[in-house]
Amino acid sequence: MAETIQIQVNGEARACRVDATVGDLLRDLAIKTERVAVELNLEILDRKDFDGRSLHAGDRLEILSFIGGGAPIGSHVRERGFVHAE
Amino acid sequence: MQNDSLIIAGREFKSRLWVGTGKYKDFAETKKAIEASGADVVTVAVRRVNITDRSKENLLDYLDPKRYIILPNTAGCYNVEDALRYARLARAAGVSDLIKLEVLGDARTLFPDTAGLIEAARILVKEGFIVLPYTNDDPIVAQKLVDVGCPAVMPLAAPIGSGLGIRNPYNLKIIMEMIKVPIIVDAGVGTASDAAFAMELGADAVLMNTAIAGAKDPIAMAEAMKYGVYAGRLAYKAGRIPRKLYATASSPIEGML
Repeated sequence: MAETIQIQVNGEARACRVDATVGDLLRDLAIKTERVAVELNLEILDRKDFDGRSLHAGDRLEILSFIGGGAPIGSHVRERGFVHAE
Repeated sequence: MQNDSLIIAGREFKSRLWVGTGKYKDFAETKKAIEASGADVVTVAVRRVNITDRSKENLLDYLDPKRYIILPNTAGCYNVEDALRYARLARAAGVSDLIKLEVLGDARTLFPDTAGLIEAARILVKEGFIVLPYTNDDPIVAQKLVDVGCPAVMPLAAPIGSGLGIRNPYNLKIIMEMIKVPIIVDAGVGTASDAAFAMELGADAVLMNTAIAGAKDPIAMAEAMKYGVYAGRLAYKAGRIPRKLYATASSPIEGML
């Protein structure tokens, strides 16, 4: 079995191959690279660098994309009519 | 109305109703509501990708990027540092330099932290972003945002999601008269007449989310908002009559018995 390292992806611990790149990880996770942003140890990566950046033990990776939003997601989803503050 | 496009930073926006994409039941409803609204600008938030459940669909699979201008926001950011981080991530994930900048000051009201907003706007403009700031209905702050390079300003009508309508039409009117860039009224409208009122005041566009997504029938409300914005815009351009205290007869007196 290939040697693995421990990294953090979106706040969760994850094992990956010792020689894996950011691009490899995204492929393993079946994440399409268009419209995602990747932050490696707080550095935002250019999409064209995904395959050139290798991962190291302890790396913290954040993978983000667009979700529905306009106003912040509040607790008042689907409230009807006027609701007074408590 | 022919050729009534809104131009911001050299970009053409065909619709004067801009809509958020949050709080809908599902993506199919989101898509139908956006279509019914006629909006060509849709706001989105930037969040972590779900890496444990890859079966989940993505909102952007439902929104044709050729048809819609995707406007990412920094919703949920309560300080300058976070807002900058999210703005940069949005640019890295997206295809444009557009950002709807939010720096919130308080969780209960979601009112903006205007000092932080101006600071974040200044930095992002220098980095080449087209910064559309969500701000208070304060004309001085609006001017400062223009001074640091924002090509449009987005003052609130009322707290986000409140549906209270245009709470301070006089401040909004002063902003529209003082500020020489497009004004997009953002947040607080509750129904179609609120949207019409904002446009009658002279707003260049209205942005909303909850008023549509939270309605009993979001798709019907989206359509109502389309007509509200259209009617308000038309009335603004037509030029309303001045208010007078006393009556002016519409029928001539001449020829009466």
